[in-house]
Parts: sequence; structure tokens; C-alpha cells
Amino acid sequence: MKRETFRQIALALAAPVAAVLFASIASSIFLLIAGSNPFTAYGDMFEYGSKLEIQVDILNRATPLYISGVAAAIGFRMNLFNIGVEGQYRLAAIVAAYVGASVSLPAVFHVALILLVAMLVGGAYAGVAGVLKVTRGVNEVISTIMLNAIAISGLIAWLVREWQAGGKVDSTGANLGVGTEPIDESGLIPNINSWLEVFTREIGKGKELTGILLVAIAVGVLYHILINRTRFGFDLRATGMNPFAARAGGVPDKRMVLGAMVLSGVVAGLVGMGEIAKLGRFSPNFVGGLGFAGIAVALLGRNHPGGIAIGALLFAFLDTASGVLQVTGSASREIVFIMQGIILLAAVIAYEVVQRFRIREEARLASALLAEETT
Amino acid sequence: MASAIELIGITKRFPGVLANDNVNLTVEEGEIHAVCGENGAGKSTLMKILYGMQPPDEGTMRIFGEERVFNSPNEAIDIGIGMVHQHFMLANQLTVLENVILGAEPTKKGGLIDFNKASAHLDEVGKAYGLTVDPFDLVESLAVGERQRVEIIKVLFRGAKILIFDEPTAVLVPQEVEELFRNMRELKANGATIIFIDHKLEEVLEIADTITVLRQGRTVETVKPANVSAAFLAELMVGAELPKPQLTAAKPGEAIGIELNEVTVLDSDERPIVDNVSLKVRQGEILGIAGVEGNGQHELVAAILGTTKTETGRIALMGNDIINSSVRQRRENGLGYIPQDRQEEGLLLTAPLWENAALGHQTSKPFSGGWRQWFIDRGGSRSQTERIRKEYDVRTPNVEVSAHALSGGNQQKLIVGREMVSEPSVLVASHPTRGIDVGAQAAVWKQIREARSRGLATLLISADLDELIGLSDVIVVMFRGRVVAKLDPSEITPRSLGAYMTGAALEEGAE
Repeated sequence: MKRETFRQIALALAAPVAAVLFASIASSIFLLIAGSNPFTAYGDMFEYGSKLEIQVDILNRATPLYISGVAAAIGFRMNLFNIGVEGQYRLAAIVAAYVGASVSLPAVFHVALILLVAMLVGGAYAGVAGVLKVTRGVNEVISTIMLNAIAISGLIAWLVREWQAGGKVDSTGANLGVGTEPIDESGLIPNINSWLEVFTREIGKGKELTGILLVAIAVGVLYHILINRTRFGFDLRATGMNPFAARAGGVPDKRMVLGAMVLSGVVAGLVGMGEIAKLGRFSPNFVGGLGFAGIAVALLGRNHPGGIAIGALLFAFLDTASGVLQVTGSASREIVFIMQGIILLAAVIAYEVVQRFRIREEARLASALLAEETT
Repeated sequence: MASAIELIGITKRFPGVLANDNVNLTVEEGEIHAVCGENGAGKSTLMKILYGMQPPDEGTMRIFGEERVFNSPNEAIDIGIGMVHQHFMLANQLTVLENVILGAEPTKKGGLIDFNKASAHLDEVGKAYGLTVDPFDLVESLAVGERQRVEIIKVLFRGAKILIFDEPTAVLVPQEVEELFRNMRELKANGATIIFIDHKLEEVLEIADTITVLRQGRTVETVKPANVSAAFLAELMVGAELPKPQLTAAKPGEAIGIELNEVTVLDSDERPIVDNVSLKVRQGEILGIAGVEGNGQHELVAAILGTTKTETGRIALMGNDIINSSVRQRRENGLGYIPQDRQEEGLLLTAPLWENAALGHQTSKPFSGGWRQWFIDRGGSRSQTERIRKEYDVRTPNVEVSAHALSGGNQQKLIVGREMVSEPSVLVASHPTRGIDVGAQAAVWKQIREARSRGLATLLISADLDELIGLSDVIVVMFRGRVVAKLDPSEITPRSLGAYMTGAALEEGAE
């Protein structure tokens, strides 16, 4: 039995380890072609990433990636491709920032209100794609891509003008420029430096560990419970595995599509909350691309709550630690995009190979045990 | 002169099934040769072997006198065998010409498609065999019969001399069938050899020069249509010796389990596929539905389950109208379901057995329920699955393995078990023993009988007549969407059942 457990763990780790190993080798080749020494480049990145302040940066980057990954994964678990996380989180962020700036409440309620508005807007906007699919049969990939365009270059561009703080100055007297009114201090989620400092030393250089990290952890735990423990999650997974069997088993297919889409959007709404807490408002240079990166992170993590976390940390590490390459000059910073791409591709292939191996193994084991039993 | 096709001693085995057992078939050049038989008689397998889609396990094939072994359909096409598929393989947004040349495009220098040459060749083929379709029409604008003609031209375009028609009339209305038969005669007059798979006897008798009947994977007889009647053919197909019902009926109760009242279901072309069907199954009764596949049984089942829309009529489950109920409500109210295809509609192959056992019952105890009704009760599900494993003899190392690790028979026992342990009041069982070994089959039969004695109302759809007659208290026959006969299994003869199933009885009755 002990050997079996060991085997299972080895199998589970085989794919990601193989993928990362392969990606490092392939990236080294690219580095060599570009005339850089891969060992120096990797060495620089690891050394840089071992600093506490940089680790805070990595966590800050990983947090929205993780939430975005979970948002995409909710859809993926039932073969529903919500490509619209990008538009959902940005629209959610601007509306939440506007609402947050127009009220003053005690801290806890203020923060809760902003998060709630973001979730509602994200859910409602994703729900549009869900309704279109259920009532008119519109493919959600097409509709969410279009809704992204509508949100980003249409709605948000308009809302930023509509709600802009126009010519106001902040406390230091600097012009605010285009963007929404600043949110009161009570609405901004505080940093949780003190939580991390319990384990380590004091965080320097004015780095702040985002409080949204706690929200992300809660999202991960709730995602796990919802998918693996509840009836809704069972229906969702069943539909993803075999829609015909699920339907015959009484799973209401249309309601599930709508439910999964809205839920994915609700989580997507939280993606931009770290940025809002940092900036205190929504401005046109609000962080973009987190929605698409989330899709990659979900794929890398196999839609598994823990796997997505590892994927988010890995991508965040590469994004953040690559900054040092420019400073030391040991390689071009763009190498990390190549690495991310190769890791993703290698992971998808490695998972498939391991999965096939596992299926064969299981069938072999089942028949071997039966043969033992009958003799 | 050598025969066009000689198949000698063809045997093909699938896990647990002998699809072809020493089949011999000789087709002369320039004849229309019909191959008929019940579903599962091995017709399709035989044709797939002939067309190079599957290699035979044993036996030899001679085409125009030469021994051949095909590794792929391309090799069969190269020596002049073509298949007209039952389900059209056409691209709707392309023109007829584009569809015909698809995959066999004549090219000019530089890889450009030579449309002039293609259309000239198409013209030639059309004239030679008397088939006319405008090559520049879009396929989506064509009627079903015309699309079939495109399929035929496609095969001829590739130089086929032997054409295999796989149930070509299944999708056609009567007028289109006449047109098809005209085309087939024209083809024959121009020297083509035709193999024609069908189980509609009046059609076979009209068009074929020779008829070979298959039953349970074996060739039964080869006859000339002039010498036989539809009723005799039906008997050959169904088999002369039907087993006596093994069990006298348990006395059914008075309460009605499920009642269908003038139920009509439309297919995608708005044609009635289930046509005004009324049925009644009492508790403790098994009602068997006989019929050649594709006569509305599948859609009838879907209407009862609620996965398809019922156009008109009423369905009552234990006295309650369920027309507007969801699938889930119907299942919660005691409707059990054994699907005809366990892998397609019954199982989550990549999920562990205990999750598979919960599927369809996830809203009720012991899979969920109590104060945690929105959660899956994992402990309860596992122990319930253990129970199914023991009581229904599902051979598996444990309940954590995924469903695809089990053999077909064990997968089926799991499905039967999960439906039975929930103690449904009505069970719809669609081909409950298809493709499983004899031992598993006997086990499933025993379970259904025991459930009957506990008062279960069962609707049994099956292509296996032994199973239907052995289990059913009443048998109804479906033909073209209608219930055409209600029979007592103890008085049934192969002749009568076969005649009803193939529509022969209707023809005779009309005369």
C-alpha cells in the first residue's frame, strides 16, 4: 500500500516537474542563441527572488493572477470558456471605485461594499454571455471576446470620462489627472505586512503586501469546497465530463451554464481589487492583461485550487524576477515570455501523457486485482 | 467470370461479442445484392470490413477474383469500392462540385484546383450513370434525396465499380425512395455492382436481385426475391426458434406506474418521429417495446425522461402529470433510467465509481440530504456504492477507480445497481444488456425480474427478442413512430413479431 501511495504522488508530480525541466532546457537554448549565459541569467533571477521585498512583489503579482485563474477554472470545469475575465474585472473595478468614492462608511463596511459591487458587476457582465448562450445559443467564446471589447474600449473609456475627478488635486497638491475620484482611506484594504513580519524580518523599501491575498485564499478555499463538496459542484463537473450523461442524470443544463458563467464573473470581479486598494481609484493606466494571464494560470494548474496557486506563483516569479535581468544585463527580460509560453505548452502535453499513462495503469490494476480474486 | 465480391469465412470479434461468425457472401458483378438482418446481426461490421475500415480476424476477401487485404478505406477506394453512408458526409456551405471533389481534387500546376477538369469529369460521371444535380448549387439548398445523390456521385467520381449503400432509405420519404431506386437501377444498367443494407422488407423485395440474410453474426441464407415472401424473410431475420417465456407473469398490481396518452414528438425536420403513442404500464408489469431501431423508440424514451420536448399528449408518472416537469423532478419522483449507451449517456468515465453511482440521484439520500442538503455526502455515497458493488456484483478493486477501468459488463451492472437501489417506481430500460457478456446479462435480467415482483413498472426497449419475450408481460411493436401491435409474449410467433417489426403485417393488412 505504501508503495502505491508513493507511486501516486510521483505520478501527480511527474507532469509539472517534467514541464518545468523541459521549459528550462528549451529556454536555455534560446538564451544561448541570444548570446547570454543561461546559468548567469537563472542565477540572477533566483538571487533576486530570494529577497523578502521581491517576494512581497511576487505575492502581490500572484494574488490577482490566482483569482483570475480561479475565475477561468470555474468555467473550464464544465467546458465553458470564459475568455471575458479581462473585461469583467476591469468593468467591475471602475464601477466599484466609483461607488466606493461616492460613499463614506466605517472601514469594514466600506471595504465590503466595494468588494460586493465588484462581484455583482463582474457576475452581471459575465451573465450577459450566459444569457446569450442559453437563450440564443451564442458561443460563449465569441460573446465574451466581444464583451471584452465593449467593456474595455467602450464602456470603460466612456465611464472614465463621465466619472473623472477632473482637475482635482490630491493631498500633496499634485493633479489627479483622468480617473475616478479617490476612495476614502476607510475603503482601502490595508496591507498585511505585519502578518508576514511575524515569520520574517521587517519589510523595507516601502513594500506593502496586499490584503487581497487573504481574499484570494478565501476564494481558493471556497472554490475547492464548491467544486468538490457541493451538489452544484458535482453537477458542474458532471456536465464538464459528459454533458449527455449529466442531462440524463437530471442536471439542468441551461441553469448550470448561467450559474457557472455568473459565478466565474463574480470571482473575476475581485481580480482588480488589489490594484484599487493600491491606487485608491480607477485610472486609465489600470493594470491590464490579468484576465488572459489567468487563463494560462488555470491551464497550468489543471483547474485545481492548489495547482492554480502554484501556477500563479510561478508566473508571478517569472514576471517579477525578470526585472533584474535588465539591471544586471545578463539576458533580455523578454526571455520570460518565452519561458512562460514553453512551460504552458509543455505542461499541457505532459499532463496529457501522464493522464493516459494513469488510465492504462488503473485498468491494468483493476484487472490484475480481479484475476487474483478469482484464482 | 469471377464474382465482384467473395467473402469467405469472415470472422470478427469484439470484446465479449462475436460480431461476424464465419460469414460467407458472394456478390455477382452487375447485380443489386441486399444484405438484411436485425440490428446487431453483423451487417455493419461486415460492410466496414469490406470497405477497409476494420480488418477481419479471420477469413479472406476476393474482389474481382483477386485476394485483397485492406488497411484503410483508401485502399478499398483505389480498387473501386465506394460507400454511400447513411449519415451524409457533406459540407453544407460548399457547392455540389466542391463536395464531390473534396479530398480528391484534380489540380493544375502550382497546386491550384482545376475546377474545369473537375466539372467536366462530374458531367461525364453524371451522364454515364444518369444522375443529375446542378454542380454549382449549395448543398444546404438541396433536399435530402438530392443530397444522397451527391453522396452517390461522390463515390462514382472516385471510380467506384462496387457501391455499398448503408441503409439508404432510412432518411428518405417514400417519393425519394422511388427516385433512389430508379437511380440504383440506372447504375446497375451501367454496370455497377450494388450492395444494399436494409431491413425494410418490402423495399428489399422490390429492388434486390439477390438477398442474403444475416442473424447473430452468421449468414442464414441467400435467396432470390421471386421465391420468397416478406413474412418468410421476416422469419429468417428473427429466427425460427424463439425461446419460451421462462417465467409466468407475476400478477401485476392495479396502480398504473406510467401512462402515455397520445404522445407525439417531432424530429428536427418537424416530422413526427413518435406519432400519437398511448401506453400504460402497471406496477409489477414489464412492457416490452419491440421494433427495428430508428422507429421512434429512442425519442419515446427521451420524451419520458424529459430530455426532449413532447409536442402534444400527456405523460403521467404514478398518476401525476409530468409533462412540465424537469428531468430532475421526474427522477426525484421515482423514474429510473438505464440508457441505451452506457458510456455516452450513463457514465462519467473519468470520475470515480462512487461519483458515478451518485449521478442521477445526487439530490437524494444517501448521496446528499439532511441538514447539509446542498452538499454531496461523500461518506454516504461511498457506502452506497459499496452496497451496489456487493449486491450487484460489480467487479472492481474499490469504489475509487474511475469508471473507464471497468469492463462493459461491470459498467452496466453499476448502472443497473444505481437505478435499482434507489427503488424507483418506474424504470425505463433501454437495451439494458447490449454488448455485455452472458453472465452479466443473466444478472441484469434477474435484477429486473426481482424488481418487478417488488412492484416496479418497467418499460423495456430492446433489440434482443429473447430478452423481450423472456422478460415482458406485454409486448408492443413500434413501426414508423406508431404503436402498431400489442401482443401477448406467450402466444408470439417469430413470424408475427417479425412481420410487425418490419411493417410486413401492415402491408398485408392493407391488401
